[in-house]
Amino acid sequence: MALQTKHRPGPLARKEAWEGRLYILPWLAGFLIFTIGPMAASIYFSFTKYSVLSGADWLGLDNYTKLFGADRLFGLTLYNTFYFVILSVPLNLFAAFLVALLLSVQVRGINLYRTLYYLPVITPAVASALTWGMLFSGDFGLVNAVLQALGLPTFNWLFNPKITKLVFVIMGLWGIGGSAIIFLAGLQNVPRVLYEAAGIDGANLWHRFRHITVPMMTPLIFFNLVLGIIGTFQVFTGAYIITAGGPANSTLFYVLYLYNNAFRFFKMGYASALAWVLFVIILVFTVIQLRMARLWVFYEAER
Amino acid sequence: MTQTRAEVPLTITGGRKRSVAGLSMSGLLTRLALYLFLSFVCLVLLFPNIWMISTSLKDSPQIFAYPPELIPAPFLWSNYLVAIQKFPFFLYLRNTLIVTGLATFGTVLSASLVAFGFARRRFPEREVLFAVLLSTMMLPSIVTLIPTFVLFTRLGWVNTFLPLTVPAFFGGGAFYIFLLRQFYLTLPYDYDEAAYIDGASSLRVWWEIILPFSKAPLAVITVFTVLSNWNDFMGPLIYMNKPHMRTLALGLQFFRDQRYTQWNYLMAASTLTLIPVLILFFAAQRYFMEGILLTGLSGR
Repeated sequence: MALQTKHRPGPLARKEAWEGRLYILPWLAGFLIFTIGPMAASIYFSFTKYSVLSGADWLGLDNYTKLFGADRLFGLTLYNTFYFVILSVPLNLFAAFLVALLLSVQVRGINLYRTLYYLPVITPAVASALTWGMLFSGDFGLVNAVLQALGLPTFNWLFNPKITKLVFVIMGLWGIGGSAIIFLAGLQNVPRVLYEAAGIDGANLWHRFRHITVPMMTPLIFFNLVLGIIGTFQVFTGAYIITAGGPANSTLFYVLYLYNNAFRFFKMGYASALAWVLFVIILVFTVIQLRMARLWVFYEAER
Repeated sequence: MTQTRAEVPLTITGGRKRSVAGLSMSGLLTRLALYLFLSFVCLVLLFPNIWMISTSLKDSPQIFAYPPELIPAPFLWSNYLVAIQKFPFFLYLRNTLIVTGLATFGTVLSASLVAFGFARRRFPEREVLFAVLLSTMMLPSIVTLIPTFVLFTRLGWVNTFLPLTVPAFFGGGAFYIFLLRQFYLTLPYDYDEAAYIDGASSLRVWWEIILPFSKAPLAVITVFTVLSNWNDFMGPLIYMNKPHMRTLALGLQFFRDQRYTQWNYLMAASTLTLIPVLILFFAAQRYFMEGILLTGLSGR
């Protein structure tokens, strides 16, 4: 981009700089008011006993010692959440990639399919959660009816603590349209020349996929992986609506537990400590991924 | 780098398209198999929606029929009339429209201004601040939830539309700014330059040059923002305690809390909540897909 600032006289460049700062001011102000400020406040709250109505009483490290020492639900919610993240994220990523490959074929009417595949994503989470609750119902649910018709065992999906988390993993698969469309955009942008050159060199379909498509897609796989993990750690709506954390707290995911502490029991200080612990966990995951990215993510600029 | 919209090979028309006459029998079969597979996956993905609509038209005995039946018999269209009387549908619709409309306006307006600053104006702190902006994309929103709630409570904003709309005017989210900035970078600076030589202000360049070129990415952002606000559950759950302030997404939840769940009315209400975004999505579909291919989502 030839902006020619080098030859621009001082006052003009200074005017441009002030304009630039002015344009980004809304974001900068928002960043300070809605991100930095609250983050600082949340650290402070996490060392206090605080319930909005009353003032904040300084507790020191009490919230944290209780969290790691006395709170048995904390460990359980971490277990539930990790269980969900570890199953759900790779599965969704893999399925989304496959769906994107399928949607990248060049046939008539493919745009209609692309739109239809995206529809589950635009369905309000509340509406789809309620529908899934009905489909997985033990006594009149369709899932069991189908299993029975196929001669397979049926389950009391929403009341058996051993399998409730799996229900959420399955449900999560219906949201792959979002990542799939990002993958699709990437697939469309892989330069055709690369495939053609490889074709001339006699590379078969698998080789082209393995050595062109996959490397070219790694930045987007990375993008979806990082944001997928961050989002999945914060799973909330489905569990809040369908099971409310039950049965036997088997679907009490971390953010649901945090919500309950903050907005049902009004333990804002304790909930803030929970928020910070989750933040650190997610941060560690993100940093590890950023480090690992150098090993497998291919950026065009490196050519 | 100066890719204009027309040059981008868009989906169907771009690439190797074989002529119909040149199709062999096996090519035809492959194609048929492909369509069958596409349709099968489509059916699987849409099944919850299909079941939602089917349930919304059933009578109560049929809902609990075992084995379950897909086709309603009879089709009870009146369920929809009952549903909108069972909960204040039009009030919730109004609230949802206010929240979604204001938040979307704020997001699109402020994100495009901020992106303009990051893409088209040079200032010393630009790169550092942009890196900060990118890093906030990785910040889990849960960390700021409680203090933000406390702040809005102190300001007396609970049970008003302000908590769900005002933050949108502050850039509207790092992701959207990032998308727009990536797109603005692909537009040639010559246009801006010419306008500046003619004495245009930067605001005018933004309005008369950048925005008209950005319809597709703006459509993407609009659709994303409308969807996330229309469907938002946690926001209204936390900030809208009074029944008359509820949005549709939140209202559906309380619809269920009657003595026993009347699934057909609940599903009718769910379908009604889905219809407006469905219409918007189909209307913006072309721009939306096009915009996604054009923006930074392509991974550059």
